[in-house]
Amino acid sequence: MSAPNRQYDPVAVEPLHPDEVARMRDEALAAIAAARDLDELKQVKVAHTGDRSPLALANREIGALPPQARKEAGQRVGGARKEVARALEARQQELEAERDERVLVEEAVDVTLPWDRAPKGARHPLTTIQERIGDVFVAMGWEIAEGPEAEAEWLNFDALNIGPDHPARTMQDTFFVESEESGLVLRTHTSPVQARTMLSRRPPIYVICPGRTFRTDELDATHTPVFSQVEGLAVDEGLTMAHLKGTLDHFASSMFGDGISTRLRPSYFPFTEPSAEMDLQCFVCRGASVGDPERPCRTCGSEGWIEWGGCGMVNPRVLVACGVDPERYTGFAFGMGLERTLMFRHGIEDMHDMVEGDVRFTTAFGMEI
Amino acid sequence: MRTPLSWLREYVDLPAGVDARDVAARLIRAGLEVETVDEAGADVTGPLVVGRVAEFVEETHKNGKTIRWCSVDVGPEHNEDRPSIHDESVRTRTRGIVCGARNFGVGDLVVVALPGAVLPGGFAISARKTYGHVSDGMICSVRELGIGDDHTGILVLGPDEGVPGDDAVPLLHLRDDVLDIAVTPDRGYCLSVRGVAREVAIAYGVPFRDPADVALPPADAPTSYPVRVEDTERCPVFVARRVSGFDPAAPSPRWLRRRVQLAGMRPISLAVDVTNYVMLEFGQPIHGYDGDLLRGPIGVRRAEVGEKLTTLDDVVRTLDEDDLLITDESGPIGLAGVMGGGTTEIGPTTTSIVIEAAHFEATGVARTARRHKLPSEASRRFERGVDPALPAAAASRVAQLLSELGGATVEPGITIAGSVPVPAAVEIDTDLPGRVVGVDYPADEVSRLLAAVGAEVTTPDPYRFRVVPPTWRPDLTDPYDLIEEVARLYGYDAVPSTLPVAPPGRGVSARQRLRRRVERAVAAAGFVEAPSYPFVGEAEFDALGLAPDDPRRRALRLANPISDEQPLLRTTLVPGLLATLRRNVGRGATDLTVYESGLVFRPGPDDAPVAPRLPVDRRPTDEELAVLESAVPEQPRHIAVALCGRWESAGWWGPGRAVSWADAVEAARVVGEAAGVRLRIEQAEQPPWHPGRCAAVYAEATLLGYAGELHPRVVKALGLPERTAVMELNVDALPVSDEPVPAPDVSTFPVATQDVALVVDESVPAAEVESALRAGAGELLESVRLFDVYSGEQIGEGRKSLAYALRFRAPDRTLTVDDTSAARDAAVAAAAERTGAVLRG
Repeated sequence: MSAPNRQYDPVAVEPLHPDEVARMRDEALAAIAAARDLDELKQVKVAHTGDRSPLALANREIGALPPQARKEAGQRVGGARKEVARALEARQQELEAERDERVLVEEAVDVTLPWDRAPKGARHPLTTIQERIGDVFVAMGWEIAEGPEAEAEWLNFDALNIGPDHPARTMQDTFFVESEESGLVLRTHTSPVQARTMLSRRPPIYVICPGRTFRTDELDATHTPVFSQVEGLAVDEGLTMAHLKGTLDHFASSMFGDGISTRLRPSYFPFTEPSAEMDLQCFVCRGASVGDPERPCRTCGSEGWIEWGGCGMVNPRVLVACGVDPERYTGFAFGMGLERTLMFRHGIEDMHDMVEGDVRFTTAFGMEI
Repeated sequence: MRTPLSWLREYVDLPAGVDARDVAARLIRAGLEVETVDEAGADVTGPLVVGRVAEFVEETHKNGKTIRWCSVDVGPEHNEDRPSIHDESVRTRTRGIVCGARNFGVGDLVVVALPGAVLPGGFAISARKTYGHVSDGMICSVRELGIGDDHTGILVLGPDEGVPGDDAVPLLHLRDDVLDIAVTPDRGYCLSVRGVAREVAIAYGVPFRDPADVALPPADAPTSYPVRVEDTERCPVFVARRVSGFDPAAPSPRWLRRRVQLAGMRPISLAVDVTNYVMLEFGQPIHGYDGDLLRGPIGVRRAEVGEKLTTLDDVVRTLDEDDLLITDESGPIGLAGVMGGGTTEIGPTTTSIVIEAAHFEATGVARTARRHKLPSEASRRFERGVDPALPAAAASRVAQLLSELGGATVEPGITIAGSVPVPAAVEIDTDLPGRVVGVDYPADEVSRLLAAVGAEVTTPDPYRFRVVPPTWRPDLTDPYDLIEEVARLYGYDAVPSTLPVAPPGRGVSARQRLRRRVERAVAAAGFVEAPSYPFVGEAEFDALGLAPDDPRRRALRLANPISDEQPLLRTTLVPGLLATLRRNVGRGATDLTVYESGLVFRPGPDDAPVAPRLPVDRRPTDEELAVLESAVPEQPRHIAVALCGRWESAGWWGPGRAVSWADAVEAARVVGEAAGVRLRIEQAEQPPWHPGRCAAVYAEATLLGYAGELHPRVVKALGLPERTAVMELNVDALPVSDEPVPAPDVSTFPVATQDVALVVDESVPAAEVESALRAGAGELLESVRLFDVYSGEQIGEGRKSLAYALRFRAPDRTLTVDDTSAARDAAVAAAAERTGAVLRG
C-alpha cells in the first residue's frame, strides 16, 4: 500500500523496504501453500499477484525512487514476485493433479456389467465345415465345384455306372421327382457334380464337391433324409491309388491334427474300381485305447479307427461316359458324410440337434470351426 | 451272409489256433465286410445235460394251471438220492423238477438245465420253490435253449440221441461262431459257404475243397423230369432231378437244423431244410416241387398280361410281361428265381420231389423281385450273380441228402436244359495293376493272385495276361475288375501315401466368395443359421396367404415323399425358417434372429423336356447334354432371415427394442453391402408380408426379394409371435463383379453442413426424397442423412416432415456460404419438383 504523500525519502518508502518485501512475499507463499483447492488458489492468486496485491502496489512505488535506488528495489520486488508466481504455478499443478485424480475416481464404473444389447449371430457347423474343407483343398490348388440338388437321373446314376436295374435305384433309397418319367431325382450323393465337372472341362481336374444330398431315410438319432457330403475327384495322367491315399492322409491331418492318417479296406462302389472303405485314425486316442480296458475311447469305441468314407479309383466306365479317355487318364475319388464327420469330431450325440435349427446348438459353434 | 465257422472248416483246413476273430480280420482285409462275429451258444453254460423222465404226477393248482412234478434221471454225476414221487418209501437216484409242459412221457429223453446253469439271455437256473415243490432245475424248450422259436412244449430228444448225464451242448450243436458278412453287390459268390470258404483259403494260403465237387450222373444218363425253356436268355440252364419214396415224416437231423438256423433261416421240414442247406452251402437257389402235384412238363417262359400266381406267401400276384415264370400244364407255378407257387408246394404228405436248380439272369430277377416287392433268399443271390455251372451239382447234392436223411430213392436220370455260359476272357497288361494302384506288383504275383480266385491265366505275350474268370465271378468282366482282385488280395496296406501335385487352381470363385461374404455378414449382423429340410406342403402355402395362382405354389412334387403332408420341394425358404422360429419359441426362446441360405426349386415350363437317359458307352454329344441340362429345373440360392421378440434386449441401460419391419429391411441392406451392391428399396405388397410394411428389394432393375413385417393373419395362422419380420432374397440374382473398385477422392478441405426439413405427402417414400436431394445437390454433396421424421398438426393432415442433414465438401477449395447455399437450394428444388416437397418454414 502506498504511503501518504510525504516528503520524499527513499528509506521511508516503506513498501520497498527489504523487510517489508520479504514479509509480503512470505505472506503470499504461506497463502499459496494454504490453498486447499483450485478455487481457493484462484482467490490467493488475485490477492497476492493481482493488480491490487501488495507486491504489485510495491512495484508501482519503484518509480518514485531516485534512479540510483530503483535498480536495487526493482530487483528486490521482482525477485519476490517471481518467487510467488513459481509457487503459485507449482501449487496450481499440484491441485489440478489432485482434482483430476478425484474426478477419475468418481467417474469409475463397473466394467463387468453386461452389454448384450444386440443379438449375436452364428453359422451352422454344416456350413462352416464345408468352408473349412474347401479351404484345405483350395490351398492345394483344387477348386470347389457345385451342382443342383434336383438332378438328372442320368447324372446321378447311369453316368456313374449305376445301371437301371441297380438296387440303389429303388424307391427305398431315392427320392424321385414326379412324374416317374421326369428323369429327375433328388441327388443321392454329390457324385453327379463330379460327372458334370468331367463333362464340362478337360483334365487335369482336381475338384472338391460339398453339398446337400437326399435319401429316403426317416430322421432318427443317426439318420436324416437330408444330409451333406463332401466328395473329391482328381483326374490326371498317372494318378494312382497312392495319390488317393496321400490326399486322404493330408485331408485327415488338416482336419484332425498332425500325423493323423487313414486306412483303406477293400469294398465296392459302382463308380470306383478298385474301391475302398476309408477309416480315420482315431484323433482322440490315436489307437492307445485298443486292447486297454483302463483307457476306453468313446470317439472310436476303442477300435483305434473311425469309419469315415468311401473312395477308389474312378471306374473307367465312368470316365468313358463323361468323355475322359481312360487310356490316357486315371482318376481317384472319395467321399464322406459331413453330419457323421461333425458327430465324431465334436461329440454330437443326436442327429436331431443337427437338423432342428435350435439356435442354442448353432450358437455354440460361432463363425468358424 | 451268416456263416458258421464249423461249416467253413469243412472246406478249409485252418491253421491251428486260428479263431473266428482272426478269420474275420483276414476277411475284412480281403474286402469282405464282416460286421460281427456272433458267438452262438457262448451264453449257455452248464450243467446242461440229457435227462430221462423217470416218473411224474400231474397237479392242478389254484391258479388253474396244471404242472407236472417229475423225477428226472440226469446221470450218476448229478443224480441225488431222493424218495419216489409215488411212494415215499422207495428211494430213487434222480432230481425233482417242476415242468409246465405236458408233451412228454415217462422214459423220454429231455434236456435239463441244472442249478448253476445259465441259459441264453443270462437266464440263471437255481433250485427254487414253486407249486409246493423244490424244483431242482428246468426241463428246456427249444426257445429256452436259443435254438428255435418253438415254445409249445419242451424239447423231447430221440431215444438214441444220448443217455442221462450226457453234456447237451455238443449234442444240440449249441456252440459255434458265426461270421455275419455284409456282402457287397459285386460279390454274389460270397452269399454261400463255398464262396466264403474260398476267400478264407486264399487269405490263409491253404487248400480249398470245393463242396460242389459231387458225383454227377454219367453223361449218358437218361433225362429226368421233362423241362422246356422258352426264354433261354433269361434262363440259360435249367436242371431237374427227381427222388421218390421220400418219408415226409423224417425229421431234419439236429446238425442240419442248427446250421440252417445259425445261417439265419428257419428250419421247416427235412425237404425244405435240405434245399435251403444246399443253397446256403453252394449259393445256388433250389426249388423243390411235389412231383405228384406237377401237371406235365415244367416250362420256363415270360408271363402273359393278366396272368396271376399265388406265391408261397399266400399272396395273389398279378404278373407283368417281363416276369419270368416256371409253369406246368396248369399254368404258372413259380416266379423264376424269386419264389415258388402254392399249388406244387412240398407238404406233409409229399413223397415224390422234383428238384429244380436253374440259372436265371440277374437283372431280370432283380426287376421281378422289385416289381412284386418280394426280396427272397433266392432273388438276393440271383441279383448278385450265381455260379451258372452249379445247377447239376446242386440238384444232385439235394437228391443225395434227401436220400440219406429222408430215405428217398434218387432216380438215376438228370434233365439239363440249356448249357452253362462260358465267361469271356479279359486281357490285361501285366503292369496295369501296378500303374493304377501305385504298387510295383511282380508279374508272377499278379498271375498267382488271379489264379487263386479261380481264373485261368495264360500269357499270350510277355506283356499281357489272358484271364478267363471262373464261372462264379460274373463281376470280373474288364481289366479294372482284375486290378481290384490283385490289389485287395495283395493288401491295401501296401499302397503308399503320395500327395499328388495339382496344377495351380483358380481359388474360390467370385460367386463362391460372394456367397461366403453374404452369409458371414448376415451372421455377423446377429443372425443364427438354421438350415431346414426343403420339403413343403400346400398347407404351408395356404398359411402364408399365397393366392391360388401365386407362382410360388408351382413346385416340384416328389413321387415318394417322407411325409404326405410335405410332398413339394420349396420355392421359398420362408416356410422352413418360420417352422424353425416356431420350434425355438416352443423351446422357450423369446428373442430370435435366424437365417437360412439354401437352394429353392423352380419347375420349368409345363412343356419342359424330360431328362433323357443318355448313353453311357460314350460321352453324350453337346446337343444331348443341352437337352439334359434344360430338363433340370432352375435352383437359385436364396437367403432368408426371420426375427421376432426384441432386437435389443432390455437391460441396466434401459428398455429393449422390439424387432420391426425395419430390421428385416436392414438385413437386406446387409446382404447388399456384403455383395458390394447398393440396393433400392421400394414400397410393395406381397404375401406373406404386411401390405403396408413390405419392401421390395432391387439391385438396379432386378427384383431380389422382399423384406418387412409378416401379415398379422400369417402370424396368427402359424402361431408366431406378433410382429415377426422376414426377409428373403435371391443371392444368385446379385451381380458378381471382379472389377477393381475405383478409389474415392478424399478431400481434406473443410466440410459445410446444411439441415433442411421438407414437408411432403404422407405417401411419398423417403427413399424418393433422398434420391431427389442427391440428384439436385450436385457434385459438392458428400452425404445425406435423414435424421428426423415428424408428422403432426403443425404441418397438416396427411403430410410429414423429413429432416435431412446435408454435408458438402469440395475437392479443391474451402466452400463459401454462397456455394453451400446454392447447392442446398438446388437439392431442395429437385425434391420439390420430383416429390412436391416444401421447405418447412
